[in-house]
Amino acid sequence: MKVFLATLLVTTALCSAAEAGETLDRIKARGSLVCGVSEGIAGFSAPDSTGKWAGMDVDFCHALSAAVLGDADKVTFKALTAQNRFTALQSGEVDVLSRVTTYTLTRDTALGLDFGAILFYDGQGFMVPAKLNITSAKELDGATVCMQTGTTNELNVADFFRSIGKPFSPLAIEDVNELNNAFFSSGRCDVYTGDTSGLAAWRSSLAKSKEDYVILPELISKEPLAAAVRHGDQQFGDIVRWVGFALIEAEEKGISQANADEMKTSADPTVQALLGVSPGNGKALGLDEAWALNVVKAVGNYGEIFERNVGAKTPLGLQRGTNALWNKGGLIYAPPAR
Amino acid sequence: MRRWVFQLVVTVSFVSLLGLLGFIAAGNLARQGIATGYGFLFGEARFEISESIIAYSAANSYGRALVVGFLNTLKVSLLAIVLATFIGTAVGIARLSSNKLLAGVAGTYVEALRNIPLLLQLSFWYGLLTVTLPVPRAALNPVTGVFLSNRGVVLPMLEPHAAFGHAAIALVLGMAAVSLLNRFAKRRQEKTGRRPTIAPAVLLLLVGPALASWYFSGAPTALDMPRLQGFNFIGGMRLSPEFAALLFGLTAYSATFIAETVRGGILAVSKGQSEAGRSLGLRPGLIMRLIILPQALRMIIPPMTSQYLNMTKNSSLGVAIAYPDLVAIGNITMNQTGQAIEVVSIFMVVYLTISLAISGFMNWYNHRMALVTR
Repeated sequence: MKVFLATLLVTTALCSAAEAGETLDRIKARGSLVCGVSEGIAGFSAPDSTGKWAGMDVDFCHALSAAVLGDADKVTFKALTAQNRFTALQSGEVDVLSRVTTYTLTRDTALGLDFGAILFYDGQGFMVPAKLNITSAKELDGATVCMQTGTTNELNVADFFRSIGKPFSPLAIEDVNELNNAFFSSGRCDVYTGDTSGLAAWRSSLAKSKEDYVILPELISKEPLAAAVRHGDQQFGDIVRWVGFALIEAEEKGISQANADEMKTSADPTVQALLGVSPGNGKALGLDEAWALNVVKAVGNYGEIFERNVGAKTPLGLQRGTNALWNKGGLIYAPPAR
Repeated sequence: MRRWVFQLVVTVSFVSLLGLLGFIAAGNLARQGIATGYGFLFGEARFEISESIIAYSAANSYGRALVVGFLNTLKVSLLAIVLATFIGTAVGIARLSSNKLLAGVAGTYVEALRNIPLLLQLSFWYGLLTVTLPVPRAALNPVTGVFLSNRGVVLPMLEPHAAFGHAAIALVLGMAAVSLLNRFAKRRQEKTGRRPTIAPAVLLLLVGPALASWYFSGAPTALDMPRLQGFNFIGGMRLSPEFAALLFGLTAYSATFIAETVRGGILAVSKGQSEAGRSLGLRPGLIMRLIILPQALRMIIPPMTSQYLNMTKNSSLGVAIAYPDLVAIGNITMNQTGQAIEVVSIFMVVYLTISLAISGFMNWYNHRMALVTR
């Protein structure tokens, strides 16, 4: 781990800074997109039973590859820990980081990153065993709280307990398996904190029954998840941002994986612009005019991605909630693609 | 002359290469907009740490958080070094015992634990501790005030009082007196061949003043009793399962190497030495203590130094089982501030300093123990 980190550090420091157009040229020359994902978070990026990567973050990588290279499968996935993800992106090990990463000011500035469209509105919450009969996080007086180290969780939890003036005992574990053991098998900690989507994911894959654990109603942080790229290459940053917006716009306009080709005949000028029937958007981004069409044909629209990976019919069983479209009571909104 | 020129050229080119790399790195970091410098150490840390020797809260600075981690590293390494030295020496001698059972048990222990990776052992001990022990509400309570649960061992602790400070000072003074007494006894032995019995005096010097100063400063006996409140115990002294698992794993693993070092050192002392001792009528214990071990020590100290260095560095594996050592705290700091290069440089400087201090001490000790020919 340390050797890896050290190598990354040296490469970060020695590779020259990202310049406009450089990332796109490199991806085209290589013929594949290198995408940084998690080591395995169900619903977002995890290998399925056949060993293929699946999840919302993974689908975004496929969408990006479809937009840039015209082929959704030209993606090389790199599993990154919470710990080494930023160094891997800064050093150019990966082209884009699509790994349940919260968009924050520090990361946008001091870390030298740029963020794409927010594709999931998450928040940090608490999960406790149902048998404790706890209904609010304010009852967690002196509890031992497990969390993964290398995330913003440590900070949010400390802030929360300071604000309610109760003591707690943190247990920050780096290895996710040790962490899950500490909560699900040994009971070393009373509470598991993390992004609620992640908590639901672990509950779905590790608990004997979903009803054994409850996620408390308090959300103690805003965790907007977005893909990140290196600061400095504005062109690639634009592409990543607009591929995200295209997925959202497609859902809003009712363009799905199944009807994408038919929709090209739509009379709606917005749809025509998005699908490249009336040209201009592709040239502006430095992509093929069919970029958005390729994206939707490859992975579907935002709603389809959500339902397929984390929606009500999946083991995670998440409701759209804050992640519904803006005109359906949620926060998911895309600026117009014109 | 040519040799000097060559060495000078190599040194200059190495230093300028480092300088060049540093220069390029600084330029690139600035161009990528990545913040640099050590100013972040004064910023508010805003995260809690599960155990600390000094007072710490989330409102303290990153610098203090790193000091907490550093002290935790020192705490576990030093304790493990002391324990492993005693256990290792005992096991090393046991392996050479003529008692087949004892030698067999010691041999099995060494071979089994030496050949399993430490990280695996730590996970195993940690898992065993946390899974077998009950949750706090069902904590084992063998003696009043002592609770055993998977939150660790909680013990009653004496309430802080000035008397304990006085007693500690008296203890240090007593130790100084003992060392003087020891020197006197040694001189007497060299002159007369007889060693005066000093054991009762030593005991008196160590216990007497300390006890007396505690008694005359008010003899406080108030105990801070732990009790269950909310989810956890408050009050008293706590030994966390993370610390216990790391200390136990590190000690058990490193003691096997020390045992082998000790065994090798003893075997390297010529057999004639113990035969000579036996023909003088010395008891086996005395032969070991007065003849074999002093000579073996010269062979043992240099490899022992590297064992101690390994233990200090291995303590950083505690990050896997949530022990808040320097590396664990540094990783959190690195994540929150993004100052990876700076934090890694702190890691390097700290471990280098600890290692140089240990090897400096061991070199001094080795020098003292080296064979003095008369």
